[in-house]
Amino acid sequence: MIAVRALRKAFGPLQVLRGLDLTIAGGSVTAIVGPNAAGKTTFIKTLVGLVVPDSGEVIVGGIPVRRSWSYRARLGYMPQAARFPENLVLTELLALVKDLRGAPAPHERELLELFELGPALDRPLGVLSGGTRQKISAVLALMFDPDLLVLDEPTVGLDPLSSRRFKDRLAQERARGKTILLASHVMSDLEEMSDRIVFLVEGQIFFDGSLEAIRTRTGEPTLERAIAHLMEGEAR
Amino acid sequence: MSHALKVARYTVADLLRSRWLLGYAGFFAATGWALFYFGEEPAQAIVSLLSVVLLVVPLVSAVFAMTQFYGSREFTELLLAQPIDRRSVFYGQYAGLAIALALGFVVGVAGPFLWYGRDHPEDFWSLAALLVGGMLLTAIFTALALLAATLTDNRLRALGTLLFLWLFCTVLYDGLLLVAVILFEAYPLEQPLVVLTLLNPVDLARIVVLLRLDVAALLGYTGAVFERFFGTAVGPALAFAALLLWIALPLGVAARAYRRRDF
Repeated sequence: MIAVRALRKAFGPLQVLRGLDLTIAGGSVTAIVGPNAAGKTTFIKTLVGLVVPDSGEVIVGGIPVRRSWSYRARLGYMPQAARFPENLVLTELLALVKDLRGAPAPHERELLELFELGPALDRPLGVLSGGTRQKISAVLALMFDPDLLVLDEPTVGLDPLSSRRFKDRLAQERARGKTILLASHVMSDLEEMSDRIVFLVEGQIFFDGSLEAIRTRTGEPTLERAIAHLMEGEAR
Repeated sequence: MSHALKVARYTVADLLRSRWLLGYAGFFAATGWALFYFGEEPAQAIVSLLSVVLLVVPLVSAVFAMTQFYGSREFTELLLAQPIDRRSVFYGQYAGLAIALALGFVVGVAGPFLWYGRDHPEDFWSLAALLVGGMLLTAIFTALALLAATLTDNRLRALGTLLFLWLFCTVLYDGLLLVAVILFEAYPLEQPLVVLTLLNPVDLARIVVLLRLDVAALLGYTGAVFERFFGTAVGPALAFAALLLWIALPLGVAARAYRRRDF
């Protein structure tokens, strides 16, 4: 589903991605973890086409990402922080995105109900809370039934109930064969959901394997401890 | 290009409800109303309004467009994550900003005039000239704002550049021109002056409107030279073409930079 070759990106003097190579099979859940400023968000944004790489290649569903935009019809993206035009109401925002994609949104109603967004439909987006905006962002990412979900810290700001519902929903998507790539600092979420952990440090892959493999390698019982163990090892 | 139109449509819908834009329209309405209230004839009022328009429209267009560009970054990311190309997002956002600003300006200026000046239909052409001049300045300074904002992530640098540009076009330019005229008194200055005028969109807009208004006394030095050099037929057309170029050039450069920009 995703193939990344020798991906490099620098912001000024700062090398953020240093030759990343990664292949992600369809129908799996891959978690990108790592310390702050490891390049997780930059990697995700390169995939979505928001960041233009200096060199290397990203191929999504057989289509090279550079200079292409059609592949995004199969992609749902949840950014780290969502903000929308302040004076539009939610109904208008949904209409705009449907209009732009020119595709049906089969799950729109069901997702609005799942996240209890009915009361927000006619309110200006500028007055909504951060958690509500995050729910809207989840609806926008999921409602077109995309094959690939790219999620950057998706549960941050969600209350426990919404977070629970969101994760259940992702489990359903995975059961239906969707490919999911997510970055998160919430280790319990990752432990629950991921098949594979990719641990980034300074723009390179430091560890890549299953949950089981990371626990065996570090000898720690939980993912949080295992990751902390790896980070400590890196620090030394 | 239809994607760009969709982006523009929703951007306009959003901005027309912004308090800043309402205030902008209100400012022109209040100024126009005051001019009529203190007894000016419509033709005079238009000339007085022109000075205000030449100062305020470039400043507000540039600062508002720049602030919106940086302020809507997350929304831009949402748009760029959709299956549409970057160019559509860029031109859509530009068109949305320019149209919303132009609407605020036109409604604010035309409102009091249509009310108080309705008995002077002969002045409608002058009003139209003022509106066209103001809309062109809106389009130009919105384009310059997006150029500055696309080239740097540093808001302060973009703001500083735009404020300097505004100060240069509206105030410094006239002074520098005067100095040049005095220094090079002994030389034929017509051709260089015409070229220099083409380089300042605010001066160009002023000349376009005043040539239409036919108030020779207010044309000023560059305006008079411009009129003598090109005559009343070619002059406005050339100035108009130069103004369109002032929209297209910054916009084209900004669109190229936008293609390689990181969000």
